[in-house]
Amino acid sequence: MAGVDQLDQIFFEGVADGQLRVQQCSDCGAHQFYPRVVCKHCGSEQLKWISASGRGRVASFSVVRRGVSAEFEAPYIVALITLEEGVTMMSHLVDVEPEQVASGMAVRVAFRPVGGADIRPVFLRAEVS
Amino acid sequence: MDLSNVAIVGSFETDLGVVTDRGPMALGVQATLGAIADAGLQASAIDGLITCNSLVTPVMYHAEATAEYAGLTPGHCLSVGTGGGTTYTALRYAAAAIQTGLATTVVVSMADSMRSFMTRDRAMAVQSSSGHPLFEQPYGPTVPAYYALIARAHMDTYGTTEAQFAEAMVSSRAWAHLNPTAQYRERVTVDDVLASKPIADPLKLLDCSIVSDGGAAVVLTTLERARDLPHAPIVLKGYGEGHHYEHISQAKDLTKSAAADSGKAALAGAGIEPADIQLAQLYDCFSPALLIQLEDLGFCEKGTGGEFLASGATRPGGNLPVNTHGGMLSHCHPGNPGAIFGLTEAIRQYRGEAKERQLAHLEHTLLHAQGGIMSSHATVVLGRAN
Repeated sequence: MAGVDQLDQIFFEGVADGQLRVQQCSDCGAHQFYPRVVCKHCGSEQLKWISASGRGRVASFSVVRRGVSAEFEAPYIVALITLEEGVTMMSHLVDVEPEQVASGMAVRVAFRPVGGADIRPVFLRAEVS
Repeated sequence: MDLSNVAIVGSFETDLGVVTDRGPMALGVQATLGAIADAGLQASAIDGLITCNSLVTPVMYHAEATAEYAGLTPGHCLSVGTGGGTTYTALRYAAAAIQTGLATTVVVSMADSMRSFMTRDRAMAVQSSSGHPLFEQPYGPTVPAYYALIARAHMDTYGTTEAQFAEAMVSSRAWAHLNPTAQYRERVTVDDVLASKPIADPLKLLDCSIVSDGGAAVVLTTLERARDLPHAPIVLKGYGEGHHYEHISQAKDLTKSAAADSGKAALAGAGIEPADIQLAQLYDCFSPALLIQLEDLGFCEKGTGGEFLASGATRPGGNLPVNTHGGMLSHCHPGNPGAIFGLTEAIRQYRGEAKERQLAHLEHTLLHAQGGIMSSHATVVLGRAN
């Protein structure tokens, strides 16, 4: 994958293994995403990778009606997902009708090809227990 | 830092809208030389040139190339590129160069031709340069979609409605209708906006800014020199910046931006309150951006931007005229230079040359621009020289 350095590679190896990896600081305990060489909360370089639960909630979303390119067939749902670990990431909501989506909706991770390209984390509507 | 010993003394706008006979560099040079002439200066008086790079035809040394084309040999050249906020950060650096004695007379010039000279390949390159290359772009977010995420969050948090967002274009067109240089001048209603083509829910076509060609430039010098020049000097009374994040997925709060920081600093520098502003020239790239700036800059309470827009306060005859030229929603938005027309319109208002749009009383203007996705903010307060 173009532009992927060794640190990013750990994330994408996780994706290949069906894991959603995020970093956790060994000093302050905070999680962060995207991958960095330092903890953005305390500046520590003592970072470890954890496999996130894959559960989260929709922070916001947009149903894209005019796709960015031919590879992205509209409509598709771009969303910001806040994971249980407290980090937020951009993703797609899949297997759900646009009318059914609302902010705050519980979601869980899946791994699918996105935009006709590589496999990426996407999110499905989760049954709330 | 006191900025009021630096004055804006020259201003010029090129042809705007759809301009097919001149490309970005030619427009930038025309703007530069036009502003110098407007200031009543000779080209040899210019010892600093700040430009923003073109998205259509980017070049490595943009300011230097502009100077070469125009036949200028300034002692200082700087090309900036912070997107939409470029204009006002450049203004601050020009003022700082003058205050520190680095330069005496500086031109800030910006132009681009997104409407008529953009190739498909460049358009793709520009689109894919917004957003994090590994963790956002692969999901195909369009630029409107980024702002749609912000709009949705504001609706969820504060109950803002799509009809309230639509008021941004209603206000913009009410002003643009009075401006012969605006690209789109036909008045619209809330229903027109709501019925326009869906782009990225909840945003429709008429929640989005336009795509234009055009350029403009201003000349800054010391207030002392300004006293001998033809136009009454306009001074920079306050300036502020704020940068909370670059990528939207890293925003701590989607509904509150660093405009709150930049606005507070600019108003404090000028020693005034939001109520002391008679004209606000804001960055209306998309309707939610305008609405949130009105809140964050202190013109209304957090969460009430929708009501404020719907009240008509920003339209002709309202208590807070906003974007009297028509803004980027209707007047001109060539890309990075979008905000400079907020400045050149303010100068026109100070000079009493805004015709049907002329404000009866104008002491303080607030200019605000942002780059990224509500990421990088710059605010300027303008006033008349004492």
